[in-house]
Amino acid sequence: MIMSKQKNILLGHGSGGRLSHQLIQDIFVKHFDNPFLRKQGDSAILEMDSSSLAFTTDSFVVDPLFFPGGDIGKLAVAGTVNDLAVAGASPKYLSASFIIEEGFSIELLEQIVISMAAEAAKANILIVTGDTKVVDRTKCDKLFINTSGIGTLGKSSGDITTGKHIATGDKIIINGHIGDHGMAVMGARNQLQIKTKIDSDCASLNGLIHEAMQIEGGIQFMRDATRGGLATVVSELCSDKTYGIDLYESQIPLRDSVRGMCELLGFDPLYVANEGKVVMVVAARLVDKVLEKLRNHKYGKHANIIGEITENHPGKTWLHTTIGGKRMVDMLAGEQLPRIC
Amino acid sequence: MKYIDEYRDKEKVMALADQLKRLSRKPIRIMEVCGGHTMAIQRFGIPALLPETIELVSGPGCPVCVTSRAYIDQAIAYSRMPEVIITTYGDLIRVPGSSSTLDREKAAGGDIRIVYSILDAMMIAKQNRNKKVVFLGIGFETTSPASAAGIAKAQMAGLFNFFVYSAHKIMPPPMAALIDEGVNINGYIGPGHVSCITGSHIYDFIPEKYNLGVVISGFEPLDLLQSIYMLVKQHEDGQAAVEIQYSRAVKPEGNLKALDMLDEVFELRDDWWRGLGTLPQSGFGIREKYAEFDAEKMIAVEVETTREDKGCICGTVLKGLAKPSDCKLFGKACTPSEPVGACMVSNEGACAAYYRYNMG
Repeated sequence: MIMSKQKNILLGHGSGGRLSHQLIQDIFVKHFDNPFLRKQGDSAILEMDSSSLAFTTDSFVVDPLFFPGGDIGKLAVAGTVNDLAVAGASPKYLSASFIIEEGFSIELLEQIVISMAAEAAKANILIVTGDTKVVDRTKCDKLFINTSGIGTLGKSSGDITTGKHIATGDKIIINGHIGDHGMAVMGARNQLQIKTKIDSDCASLNGLIHEAMQIEGGIQFMRDATRGGLATVVSELCSDKTYGIDLYESQIPLRDSVRGMCELLGFDPLYVANEGKVVMVVAARLVDKVLEKLRNHKYGKHANIIGEITENHPGKTWLHTTIGGKRMVDMLAGEQLPRIC
Repeated sequence: MKYIDEYRDKEKVMALADQLKRLSRKPIRIMEVCGGHTMAIQRFGIPALLPETIELVSGPGCPVCVTSRAYIDQAIAYSRMPEVIITTYGDLIRVPGSSSTLDREKAAGGDIRIVYSILDAMMIAKQNRNKKVVFLGIGFETTSPASAAGIAKAQMAGLFNFFVYSAHKIMPPPMAALIDEGVNINGYIGPGHVSCITGSHIYDFIPEKYNLGVVISGFEPLDLLQSIYMLVKQHEDGQAAVEIQYSRAVKPEGNLKALDMLDEVFELRDDWWRGLGTLPQSGFGIREKYAEFDAEKMIAVEVETTREDKGCICGTVLKGLAKPSDCKLFGKACTPSEPVGACMVSNEGACAAYYRYNMG
């Protein structure tokens, strides 16, 4: 059977036989092309120039597969790149595994793969190995993607994941508007019939983070604020610690469109997912320099200082509300549900 | 953002908070009976702006929280019938029944779908004519007109595989029952959205019979502070009256069209409230002429014996007699991800709001 005549994924595409081979050549190798992948060994043999490596994995099951500002493919690359980058690593290589529901459109699959290749090129990383499985119709929801990634670490960057050097007075920075991804995906679900112009912020942040890390001794801690949103990152950060966090609601960048949709659905934007946002704890004396680096990058134009580390209320995050009130911020429990009245 | 920022102006908020501090001399306990108010008060951190003389307590204004466990058990029983699709607002799906939740039934294969309006549920009925689609009708006078309109529309369209299982309730009976039970408060923040439908006269008996003030409030910080101010003023002056702070939405006579719709489809019946027990004429049953859309009448189902949880003090919390943190389960056995009581489930439940914003 000739690939170009076949419009949908068959169980045979995952069998390891001729169809699998065609799919790999015509879609994956074609778009992800690089010397490591081209060899098509059982393992990719990589060359590294670092004694310390960062290694991470993530699976992507977003519904719908395409949403304003991105798709599952872009997300699968950017998500793993960001997990490496916030650990202070330089992302180098990715694997990509696809679990595809029988009957899925090959054209859509190719679109997603092209989007992955484009994001990989932007992030300057290579997709060097992968796998494809096809499951019976209804045994998975259209397409799931897993990516794993490897990055190299500089000497001092190991402490960034643990936040070992965080001190009272350090500032909290975020690189831009919160809640865009979560609300873009909500808006794309037909069920709501809301028309929005909200684009997901889905993006690889390794370039931005690399810039900010040029300020030596500046960044004490980093985490990407994905599921659970900004609130979950800051709550986790100070939980069980000897310090607490003060956040200033009026300083947190939030688009009117996202805010409006949150109001409508009864969501708290602090808990809405992002896919292109990093929260940094930065030493106070270097905060202006780090902020300048961030604001000069296209993914950090709206970067802002949104809070600080305090010795008051250890283990807790307090939000100073826009109206001058105060409330505690805790981790998200379960999913946010729309309210009913 | 227009129509929102005006009501969240920090300077105005601070000025009003200052005026309140100067005005309030006598201690006052104010109860909000609307879950939306509970949520807004916590979210904006309003208690931090009030002088010590003013205490806010949460009442039974979250429809999910006051719904009986027997109702959840029956909804779960429906969901186990292969020919039934359950459609519900999201809040209900984690509420514990006697031995399960709709969430768990969904995971076990029950066809349970979250909808944002009764119209979505009717669309599902239209697309699944061979199934019985049951809509869980929850809420006060805010959501019940929509349910009434849905039922009337289903009859016109001949949508005979569509059913409503009504737990709709009305607000005034619990407001009276709380005072009758001796709950110590000096005034009510009246529900904003309920009052858009009902108007303000339904509360007239509260100052007349109980000498307590009611101020119908909007949901923004300035709305709430102004309403608190109006209640404090009444209290300081020894007055008690029904006032409308939320005048941009609430008219004294209410929404006559919605009220007609309610009366067309529903009739009052005795209903059970968590924490308050059975209150006469406090819930909406579906009138006989729309019986073919009444799940209770049309779908026979065997329901397990309802079992209440021991140790959970939701009832006392709903009456404002205890704070969520007074419950020994609070934050330990009972959290938003593993709720024991209904107050911890809904976003607007007193325990969930308290947990989320106040575990300091």
